[in-house]
Amino acid sequence: MWQRILALVRKEFLALFKDPKSRMTLIVPPMIQLLVFGYAATFDLKHIPYAIYDEDRSAVSRDLEAAFAGAPAFHQVAALSAEGEIAPLVDARRVLVVVHIGPRFAAKLLSGRTAPLQVIVDGRNSNTAMAALGYVRDMVDRFNRDWIAAHGLQGPPAALVTRAWFNPNLESRWFFIPGIVGMLTLVVTMLVTALTVAREREQGTFDQLLVTPMRPGEILLGKALPGFLIGIVQATVILLIATLWFHVPLLGSLPALYCGLALFLLSGVGAGLLISSLAVTQQQGLLGAFLFMVPAVILSGFATPIANMPEAVQFITLIDPLRYFLVILRKVFLEGAGFDVLTDQLWPMAVIGVVTLGLASWLFRHRMY
Amino acid sequence: MNPSDPRGGAGMRLAGLVRKEFLQIVRDPSSIAIAFVMPIFLLVLFGYGVSLDADHVPVALVAESPSADTADFFASLEASHYFAPIRMNGMAEADAALRQGRVSAIVHLRENFAERLRRPDGAPIQVIVNGVDANTARLAQGYVTGAWGAWLTRWAGQRGMDLNTPVRLEQRVWFNSELRSRNYLVPGLVAIIMTLIGALLTALVMAREWERGTMEALLVTPATMSEILLGKLFAYFILGTGGMLLTVGLAVGLFEVPLRGSFWVLWVCASLFLLAALGMGLTISTLARNQFVAGQIAIIATFLPAFLLSGFIFDIDSMPPGVQVVTHAIVARYFVAIVQTLFLAGDVWSVVLPNALALVLMAALFLGITWRKSRKRLD
Repeated sequence: MWQRILALVRKEFLALFKDPKSRMTLIVPPMIQLLVFGYAATFDLKHIPYAIYDEDRSAVSRDLEAAFAGAPAFHQVAALSAEGEIAPLVDARRVLVVVHIGPRFAAKLLSGRTAPLQVIVDGRNSNTAMAALGYVRDMVDRFNRDWIAAHGLQGPPAALVTRAWFNPNLESRWFFIPGIVGMLTLVVTMLVTALTVAREREQGTFDQLLVTPMRPGEILLGKALPGFLIGIVQATVILLIATLWFHVPLLGSLPALYCGLALFLLSGVGAGLLISSLAVTQQQGLLGAFLFMVPAVILSGFATPIANMPEAVQFITLIDPLRYFLVILRKVFLEGAGFDVLTDQLWPMAVIGVVTLGLASWLFRHRMY
Repeated sequence: MNPSDPRGGAGMRLAGLVRKEFLQIVRDPSSIAIAFVMPIFLLVLFGYGVSLDADHVPVALVAESPSADTADFFASLEASHYFAPIRMNGMAEADAALRQGRVSAIVHLRENFAERLRRPDGAPIQVIVNGVDANTARLAQGYVTGAWGAWLTRWAGQRGMDLNTPVRLEQRVWFNSELRSRNYLVPGLVAIIMTLIGALLTALVMAREWERGTMEALLVTPATMSEILLGKLFAYFILGTGGMLLTVGLAVGLFEVPLRGSFWVLWVCASLFLLAALGMGLTISTLARNQFVAGQIAIIATFLPAFLLSGFIFDIDSMPPGVQVVTHAIVARYFVAIVQTLFLAGDVWSVVLPNALALVLMAALFLGITWRKSRKRLD
């Protein structure tokens, strides 16, 4: 029996690697994509183009301007001299932030009153807008503290002292790179499994496979193993890039991570083969792959937290294997987690894997057309 | 049409080819599913599911020695819908809750909070956030800062104290004043979904003809390669336009995203984008010449690049210069810029025109590659 399975596995590998174009698509893009996406995926603003409209033109307002000019994330695009210049700049997306210092700014401050500082933000991307506002607020807070200290005023009765655990600089890249590892692993399993059975169905070779002495379980194993092995190898390479190139700290237990990876691949391969065995043509297989992959990624909590989703959608995410794997990746990488914390994430993937693989093997014989 | 031509003119040939494509579309329902079912399914799921607005952030509240002041401060957090506060009896309990992920932040008031509140140097309020999800952590920090500011003003006001705030920030957010993340995510999703529709519809069609040998049958007819391509493009363009109208309709009708620009400008830009996306699918199909490989390339080259590199969710300006250059090769990038502006800001020509021009160039590039690579010859 093992010989038969081994022969089928060999045939699957040949089918994948014989065609140079297919070989290329399997090996090169996941690595390049990790490098490109790893740099692209961040919510930290590195470049905030802004304009200043200073109606006061005093020593104090120039101090405030200097604070913005000195901040590494801010890049001044223009100094405005009329209110009417604001809208065209913001509309055309040339600036994200406009800082408007009113005409009696210094006079109010020096007489001990509160001076308003108007800040206009382009809200088309609300997340960027909110982050930029946060940066501006930090700057104004610092200005206030300095002003209070320099003028011997009474500070606030209570002040916030904030610390972030696990990621002290709130580097969002540390959050996203483990996520990209999970996404790319999912893509690789889809590449290997989602079209295999559909292709054989379309070309008629699957019928030939069914009349051999192989049982559906053996066919399943033969079809699943290549996806599993390629997934392990690819994921290992991607993990190495994440730690060695991007220096994301890997604090937790490696065996726990690989156990998670194995179960994730089991569920991913299962979903891919289930799609593939449902499809009669490769076009249908491709559609199925996208109908699974796209929601699996978007609802996994990769960029938008699951906690923000409405209850009904949160319920749907329970069948998304990527959801569990992302938690494992992030907890092992950044929080140093081991098996004890992760059992809640491990068993659902095992259940998804067993159910999808079982259904796929049942469909091998029962879906005739 | 040339009436003396016994086989009919180019127009008739084209009509025949278009008819053939439509028959194929009708017979394999997966194309219709791509154009109509997929957009509804994905947009509804994501429109409801995707949000960056954290509400009811679970926060542990710890007061080492509870007093009227600590209760007063905590009450201000409990009144805010941004938090779901849980009072805890000590830092050990809160620490464990943060590690297990039951709370995202801890607000910790030390024993002498009430006393130091009345001293000139003030009392520290310790805030600990779980930094793994840096974005949510920063949001939670911002919410705590907001609640703290409001509480300070009230607390000082009740005691007739003067809070020294030299500069007060007055923020105005244009185009999306409540900072509803759905308003920017849903237009972006329209672009992502249309990328998938366009590329999926055509990624396999040329490869299928080559693989099944029907391309050779077409080649012996008087139809030119341009006519064969045009026939496919036309049929799938009509189908894709249907999908496009459906997604835009849902975005406006179901998710109440304001469409401040003109619908016709959106239609024109979306059509250009659709041409580019279909062109990308046809290019993949032509270069691969084999459905399996074409499918693999479509999986790799369409979704993740459009999701991560288009500016849909990650700000392109913040990417390193090398990656910014790469984003110019992503068709969705130009359309995301257009839809975000058309939906939320209106017809801003300085954004729409350059990006529309880029879409024209991308469409021409992809269709050009397809046309050059599929001349009438057999390899």
